[in-house]
Amino acid sequence: MNILNLVKIAITALLRNKGRSFLTMLGIIIGIASVIMMVSLGRSSTQNVRGEFSSMGSNMIMIMPARQMRGGVNMGNSSSKSLDMKDLKSLENNTKYVAHVSPTVGSSAQLVFGANNHPGSLTGVAPCYIDIRKYEMAEGIMFTEEHLKRYAKVCVIGQTVVENLFTNGEDPVGQTIRCGSVPMKVIGVLASKGGNGMGQDQDDIVLVPYTTIQTRFASANGRTSFNMLFASATREEDSELAATEITYILRSNHGIKEGQEDDFDIRTQEEILTAMSSVTKVLTMLLTAIAAISLIVGGIGIMNIMYVTVTERTKEIGLRMAIGAKSKDVLLQFLSESVILSLIGGLIGIIFGVLLSYVLLSLVLHWPMVISQGAIGISFLVCAATGVFFGWYPAKKAANLDPIVALRYE
Amino acid sequence: MKEIIEIKDLHRTFRVGSEDVHALDGITFTIYEGEFVSIMGTSGSGKSTLLNILGCLDTPTSGEYIINGISVNLLNKNQLSTLRNRQIGFVFQNYNLLARTTALDNVQLPLMYNHEVSAKERRERAVAALEAVKLADRMNHMPNQLSGGQQQRVAIARALVNDPVIILADEATGNLDTRTSYEIMTLFQDLHSKGKTIAFVTHEPDIATFTTRTIKLRDGHVVLDEKIDQQSAAVALAEYEKNIQNTAI
Repeated sequence: MNILNLVKIAITALLRNKGRSFLTMLGIIIGIASVIMMVSLGRSSTQNVRGEFSSMGSNMIMIMPARQMRGGVNMGNSSSKSLDMKDLKSLENNTKYVAHVSPTVGSSAQLVFGANNHPGSLTGVAPCYIDIRKYEMAEGIMFTEEHLKRYAKVCVIGQTVVENLFTNGEDPVGQTIRCGSVPMKVIGVLASKGGNGMGQDQDDIVLVPYTTIQTRFASANGRTSFNMLFASATREEDSELAATEITYILRSNHGIKEGQEDDFDIRTQEEILTAMSSVTKVLTMLLTAIAAISLIVGGIGIMNIMYVTVTERTKEIGLRMAIGAKSKDVLLQFLSESVILSLIGGLIGIIFGVLLSYVLLSLVLHWPMVISQGAIGISFLVCAATGVFFGWYPAKKAANLDPIVALRYE
Repeated sequence: MKEIIEIKDLHRTFRVGSEDVHALDGITFTIYEGEFVSIMGTSGSGKSTLLNILGCLDTPTSGEYIINGISVNLLNKNQLSTLRNRQIGFVFQNYNLLARTTALDNVQLPLMYNHEVSAKERRERAVAALEAVKLADRMNHMPNQLSGGQQQRVAIARALVNDPVIILADEATGNLDTRTSYEIMTLFQDLHSKGKTIAFVTHEPDIATFTTRTIKLRDGHVVLDEKIDQQSAAVALAEYEKNIQNTAI
């Protein structure tokens, strides 16, 4: 009996009980569809997070002071004054894998322009900050090293600030806004970046030369240390190397002996991304596991129906054996029935899974539509395996029937 | 004449509880090519057991069974399947046709298990077999669209399609009325006259009269094995119809 005949016989037999075949398939359909949906959902959410993160600059490295303990009291990160001008200079000059370094010094002040005001977070940075954070200029220019040297009262503002201060459609570039008590000239406007992966508005920003912040703003007055250093690796793949390099330089700058802990923390984007996506990953795995259980239940449904089928068709099996079917032929006949049942179920399940993923991701969540070909391929293989695994015992039972007994079965 | 079936001192013992039941207790006979043998006996006489062994569905406990020169004792399960597929045609009391399967597909079934037969040849041979039982016009009918006699004729076509050395019929007229029984026996006699070898198990003496030889079993032994004068089933059918008409008048 060749394959084509087997498939033909199996399909004919399945079509004889259309309703029953469909209900049996339903278990597989639901199982496969949910596995595909869960995998798509997980991948899509990971890609979503990744996409938002890369908008922050994918080769970005953050260096922040480590927490300090004072008399057993955790003073938090910002208490440390470990990052200073010396660190900045040595990172700028003595590294191979670090492309840019910019310090950040924060201050906050109420921004006022005409009748409008807006609570602003002023960030003192170096000109290369926009390269590190992948900001684009919409208008005007970024301040320069020259401005830094002169403690110039210039600033570059984000779109949210523009919207809140320049409500009459004025051109912000060239205007002077008041930051607290300090008048600052707007020399550039940043292009919009939207939120980052953690829900912060990256456009609500006022960039100021860090020297200006350090000298002219009361809250940071006289401060020589930086809140953080932002660096960028020469290439995304070099992030780890750059981080190692930075660690080495900072440890020697700070005179940290071997065996002592760093007094700073270094985070590469990759680390943050991994930490964030590990949550989604666990969740995806959990949901996929639940979906896989429903697939197993579907398989048991197939097994159950195959047992019924074998019992129901005992006479047919007896006849087939009497006229020359070998045990192997009978085994293959029933096995191909269960495999075809689960494969067709799987195929329908894949179609439903892809459709539902599309509806959920594109129409409801507005996340990127990711259909994993791997998941589809594996689902298909799992279906075939389910068919063989759960069809095996009923088929074996059929193949082991004694034709004499089977022929007389009523 | 060529020996189709040779049986020598055949025993078949079943173990029921702690007791051995000798269903066949030393049976010896030979069926030659072109014979139409009826095997008779009451229930419990061992004729079903004998038929199972003749049909290679069961193997003897001891003794020898040779079919068409092949010694069955030495064969394994798969070889027995192939032997059944190539050498034997079965006709059952309850037809055993596959439901919701056309007459043509039912007749093709034995050839499906024969790799040497192509799909084209399979169809041609099935059509020829259906023509031989005069059912060519019902090829695409399902079993439930056929009368009992027609269903049995499809089953006979199925038994013919692999061109077996012997046709084994097990109470093939048992489920049919007298008139249809005669029709089926006419068909068997027709096949016999074309050279087919037939072994026909029955418990009805008047059916046995249409064969050429009777083997009678009792308690696992052959109690009678004799050639008989073959009656014509066609004549019997004609007489039966005449009687019916007379009764009606």
